Amino acid sequence: MRRTLIESLFRGKLTEPAPRVGEAEPMALLTELGETARGRLGRSLAIRELDAGSCNGCELEITALGNAFHDLERFGLKFVASPRHADVLMITGPLTRNMLEAMRSAYEAMAAPKFVIAVGDCACTGGVFAGSPACIGAAAQILDVDLRIPGCPPDPVTLLKGLIGFANALASAPTHRSTQS
Amino acid sequence: MMIDQATWQEAAADLASGASVFVALWAEPAGDGCVVHLAGRPRGSGDVGVLSLMAHDRHFPSIALHHPGAILMERALCDLHGLIADDTPDPRAWLDHTAAYAFKPAIGPGIHQIPVGPVHAGIIEPGHFRFSVNGETIVRLEARLGYAHKGTIGLMRGQTIGHAAKLAGRISGDSTVAYAYAFACAVERALGIVVPPRAAALRGIMAELERLANHFGDIGAICNDGGFPLMNALTAALRERVLRLSAACFGHRLMMDRIIPGGVEADLTEAAAALIRTTLADLLTQWGRLSELYEKTASLQDRMVTSGRLDPAIARRLGCGGYVGRASGQDFDARRDAPYQPYDTCRFTVPGVSAGDVDARIQIRMAELDQSISLIRDLLATLPTGPLRAALPDTPITTGHALVEGFRGDIFAHVRLRDGLVEAAMLRDPSWFFWPALETAIEGNIVADFPLCNKSFNPSYSGCDL
Repeated sequence: MRRTLIESLFRGKLTEPAPRVGEAEPMALLTELGETARGRLGRSLAIRELDAGSCNGCELEITALGNAFHDLERFGLKFVASPRHADVLMITGPLTRNMLEAMRSAYEAMAAPKFVIAVGDCACTGGVFAGSPACIGAAAQILDVDLRIPGCPPDPVTLLKGLIGFANALASAPTHRSTQS
Repeated sequence: MMIDQATWQEAAADLASGASVFVALWAEPAGDGCVVHLAGRPRGSGDVGVLSLMAHDRHFPSIALHHPGAILMERALCDLHGLIADDTPDPRAWLDHTAAYAFKPAIGPGIHQIPVGPVHAGIIEPGHFRFSVNGETIVRLEARLGYAHKGTIGLMRGQTIGHAAKLAGRISGDSTVAYAYAFACAVERALGIVVPPRAAALRGIMAELERLANHFGDIGAICNDGGFPLMNALTAALRERVLRLSAACFGHRLMMDRIIPGGVEADLTEAAAALIRTTLADLLTQWGRLSELYEKTASLQDRMVTSGRLDPAIARRLGCGGYVGRASGQDFDARRDAPYQPYDTCRFTVPGVSAGDVDARIQIRMAELDQSISLIRDLLATLPTGPLRAALPDTPITTGHALVEGFRGDIFAHVRLRDGLVEAAMLRDPSWFFWPALETAIEGNIVADFPLCNKSFNPSYSGCDL
């Protein structure tokens, strides 16, 4: 183990520069945010990831955000274990009927102000599962969605662009936004 | 082949005696009833046979009564089609969450229950675990799934072959190559076509890259759950490099929709082939040090060795494939035992141990990593030139099935085509047999070791929720 540790010390970082977040990014960012949100959240976001019936492809790429190349915590973004600790509910999958109640419970457990991010084509539109009698479809059918990050699955850099852009929008939001209960 | 109830019972008896291995059970509507299909293979062979029985009045003789490995599938198909498996040992609903559900009891002084999920603490799929524990020790675990039930098989019916292939590739995202591969092979056998040699070789390269990425990621994640995050940090970087390599060569990190019925969607340039060679060489060097780190870290070994032991007799009974089966004395690999292109001409060995614990499953995966790297190198060295696709002929009605070795184990695919559309399909994940295996392997372990044991099986949720 000693050799591995010493080599890791001298190998240099794997972490790469942050992706540039341009105006052309396909993001429906929120326009109004409360002073409270800005004061409380600042430039940090606690995210509760919720798999609402995905194929697991999105989860693989979301997990990859934590590896040494992307290292999302340096941007003030972190995944938390409980919705009670979360500012953001990140939803993947075409919202199956069997996950509806769990998704509602998780959302209700979050303290306001709270936000919803739909990740992947399934959570954005239902994807290839749209129209299935076992699925409800896009997360927006049930919850107000603040940001959509499409892709099947979106790659980690696309995810980072969306999340950093979202955190920036939150931090610089000029006006009030009613907090959702 | 349509059969009568007597033949159905004989097949069930063969499963019970161990003469044949259970592969899958599924059904489809037919008139005012249902046809129930049973797939099995002779033990030691990859030659899958399918028997079909007309379920009059929606009743059919239970397979699970004779072969417990069929319980989950029987429950699922009862929910999907309203079928009643006569005398089934477990008639509870599975996918239908509107039905009342009673977990299996564990009774005794001091025993209490811990419910977990469907929303877990980590970034994983949804499922519910009910632990019955005595102090720290697990006396019974029951996994309840169905939360990711999307009606995928139902969605395939009536679709074009191309669209159904997309759905197949999204049954379990971590095995998207293997699923697309299995579905494509089933379609090609139904239509009686052979894919061009270059396409076959590229399929093998993609499948082995997928295996590499998953084994790297999972070995680290198991160690992480064993309290050794250093390993995870280092293997996650290796996994990332495989995904980037896949994106550079085939245009998608997970290689979704790259294998299509008839061939492949993406070609490999000479520059990309060279990139694979150099990246693999580097990965192999780094991996060699990490496997040494795993072997020589006493605290890690203490958690892995003897934890979550799956008895080889149970692995045999359930027909567990993949690294779960091969770590518990089962010598089966679809690449070798149900040969398909390009593996029918490849040289590789199938690793096997029988300790059945978490460490054994890691040992198998470590051996398979080396195999995958050498297979990719061989396939690159002999990469044929030529077309990437064979045309799909129009045929009135045909059926075909295939067994393909995904990173978890053998994936079974069955299709019936009519006039260019998919009339019926079935895709069976190896995890159908991992879930009950995990329930037995966890008994007597402590709750704190569950994540580590669970990750060492890594059963797919979406792959079974269909």
